[in-house]
Amino acid sequence: MTVRGLKEALDLSAFALPEGDRDVRGGYAGDLLSWVMGRAREGDAWLTIMSNANIVAVATLADVSCILLCEGVEPDKGVAGLAAEKGINLLGSGRSVFELSALVKELL
Amino acid sequence: MAETLKFHYDVDGDNFTSAGAASVEVKRKLRQLGLDAETIRRVSIAMYEGEINMVVHARGGSADVYVDKDGITIILADRGPGIPDIDLAMQEGYSTAPDNIRALGFGAGMGLPNMKRYTDEMKIDTVLGQGTTVTMKVFIHPANV
Repeated sequence: MTVRGLKEALDLSAFALPEGDRDVRGGYAGDLLSWVMGRAREGDAWLTIMSNANIVAVATLADVSCILLCEGVEPDKGVAGLAAEKGINLLGSGRSVFELSALVKELL
Repeated sequence: MAETLKFHYDVDGDNFTSAGAASVEVKRKLRQLGLDAETIRRVSIAMYEGEINMVVHARGGSADVYVDKDGITIILADRGPGIPDIDLAMQEGYSTAPDNIRALGFGAGMGLPNMKRYTDEMKIDTVLGQGTTVTMKVFIHPANV
């Protein structure tokens, strides 16, 4: 499923969607950035509540297909623009990390 | 690649939000060189962890990256406080990062272990009160080309 497809299926808000056709291959949930970089796989949807600019670098380096901000968290000021500039899909949902993980898993 | 390519970056120790810029740039350059995705991922993650360490612990430093036909060498040098106990620092979960850094999602004590995990060789030269130089090497495996 593409990131755009995931957005529509789960009614996610799009803070940045520069690469909507990217394929979502799996998922990873976590907030410790080193942990995410060490464990997330290429193409994963990354579910987190971290909203600072460093998530864009981590998403770029770990090659995830998108960042899903959970629990209604919004990106810090300037982060959505940075994501768009760097080609990182940044989406949001009011659901909990647990709930959204389960829904993503079901769709893949 | 007939010759060695060299890239040099100064890592700004005061701007935490731009930390990782050098690693992202190296990733882009390695992509242009046509290296395989897994090698690029290993290099850029290891370098990012090192870059973050320099920002958190040493107020920045320098990053030099050399690419030749065998592999990628990353040399990160800082003039920070040095590492008193390398074995302890290498343990997963051990961290001396301050609370404000942890609030950003860093300080999990996974930086140095990740750097070791993602590289084929890693050497740490550190002198207390003078600084630390980390040298990492990632080989380009023929199977990955």
